[in-house]
Amino acid sequence: MRIKKLGAAAAALVLAGSLAACGGGDDEVEVASETDFEAGTTMAEIADRGTVTVGTKFDQPGFGLLGLEDVPEGFDVEVAKIIAGAMGIGEDDIEWVQATSDIREQVIEDGDVDFVVATYTINDERKQRITFAGPYYTAGQQLMVSSDNDAIEGPEDIADNPDMKVCSVTGSTPSEQIREYLADEDQLVLFDIYDKCADALSNGQVDIVTTDNVILLGFAAESEGEFKLVGEQFTDEPYGIGITKGDVAFCEFINETLAENEDAYLAAWERTAGEVEGTETPELPEADACA
Amino acid sequence: MSPVIDNLDLYWSGFLTSLEFIVYSLIGSMILGTVIAAFRVSPIAALRSFGSGYVTVVRNCPLTIVLFFMAFGLPELGINRSYFFFGIAGLVIYTSAFVCEALRSGINSVSAGQAEAARAIGLTFTQTMTQVVLPQAFRSAIPPLGSVQIAMFKNSAVAGAFGIGGDLYSVGKTLTSARGFEYIPVLTGVAIGYLIITLSAGLALGLLERKVAIAR
Repeated sequence: MRIKKLGAAAAALVLAGSLAACGGGDDEVEVASETDFEAGTTMAEIADRGTVTVGTKFDQPGFGLLGLEDVPEGFDVEVAKIIAGAMGIGEDDIEWVQATSDIREQVIEDGDVDFVVATYTINDERKQRITFAGPYYTAGQQLMVSSDNDAIEGPEDIADNPDMKVCSVTGSTPSEQIREYLADEDQLVLFDIYDKCADALSNGQVDIVTTDNVILLGFAAESEGEFKLVGEQFTDEPYGIGITKGDVAFCEFINETLAENEDAYLAAWERTAGEVEGTETPELPEADACA
Repeated sequence: MSPVIDNLDLYWSGFLTSLEFIVYSLIGSMILGTVIAAFRVSPIAALRSFGSGYVTVVRNCPLTIVLFFMAFGLPELGINRSYFFFGIAGLVIYTSAFVCEALRSGINSVSAGQAEAARAIGLTFTQTMTQVVLPQAFRSAIPPLGSVQIAMFKNSAVAGAFGIGGDLYSVGKTLTSARGFEYIPVLTGVAIGYLIITLSAGLALGLLERKVAIAR
């Protein structure tokens, strides 16, 4: 496993190197040269400051993964760059902060970050504490099993196979949503990270891993045919951008920025999460009303 | 504190799961620790070196590593059990090294004359240990054994990251991550759960110590 990952990292480095050698002009996110924001808004404050602090995941392949170069890479990171760019801030002036699932609301409330882009599913419980801009992407929960497992074709088959164990991550939205498909609680195995679920699936301790499709696709691609995805997506997980509760102007600004930069958005997808085989290029979802 | 009060049922089930886990680990580590301590003072050299080797290796390994070997090493060898079982096994193996050493200090506090007298009247080594030495050793080792076990109660939270669903640690994680509650009240609730277990264990230990204390 470790060696495979190193190999992939090395390949990515070589790829990055060759891109840089070509000039890599199309890789850049547009940075606004002149900005004009109403005084007192969050955008004006950030533009004046000249830097922005963004919370993202550091351990989510395809979305936000901290590589050897000490800068996170992925779709969430690119979306953050688009938003920062619209405020006239280049990627060198973005400070990245790790925002794991359990501290995302906290870092926003404490003002440690200006916004959070971190595979952050919009839900009502979270809206109590923060405001969401977006959604900018709609993921969906799916199941991953060993390639030789034919018993599971969708979530409905889980209850019919009460001996099978389902693995997910403690406190994640998928781990909560899978519960209604279980025959009993004992079927659910929870770890702190998805890597452990993949290992457990590999050594036969669990039979199914469930979370958002894009994360599973990363593992399936890495497993070289050992794992496969089964069934349709059975939930909608709209990913939003977390900002301070009640900052409607900033929320509207983010939504407008994304709508105006749809090309950059699609290009960002193609060079990050879209590189994994089996993913479909998304359409920018219609933004929710800001509140 | 409203996240705690609104989710009392979740905390309660987490509390029970953690308590069950702790009770099994307590029983297992006391038994295994006593056996290893007996090995360390036995007249058979092979058992003595096994005992000291066990303590040296296990006591000096971080608990997380021991749990990793249980949860991800054993399945590679074809041993597939529940993660609850692996967690208990890891915690028992880890804690028994400390139990062994606490108990050995108790054994050393029993004067050598006691064991010599027991052998002189014809008791075997096993009889000497179980009838004469260990009962006295346990009494004087109660305070250190208590500390070792209270440390184990708290260590059980580490096993929460190794697939034991529904313990107090997982409850805390679920409330902060999926439901987005604030850290401080949620973790205060988790801490209270552990305090209920550890404080009552401390009280019970105090009672036990007074009850079985021997005047020397």
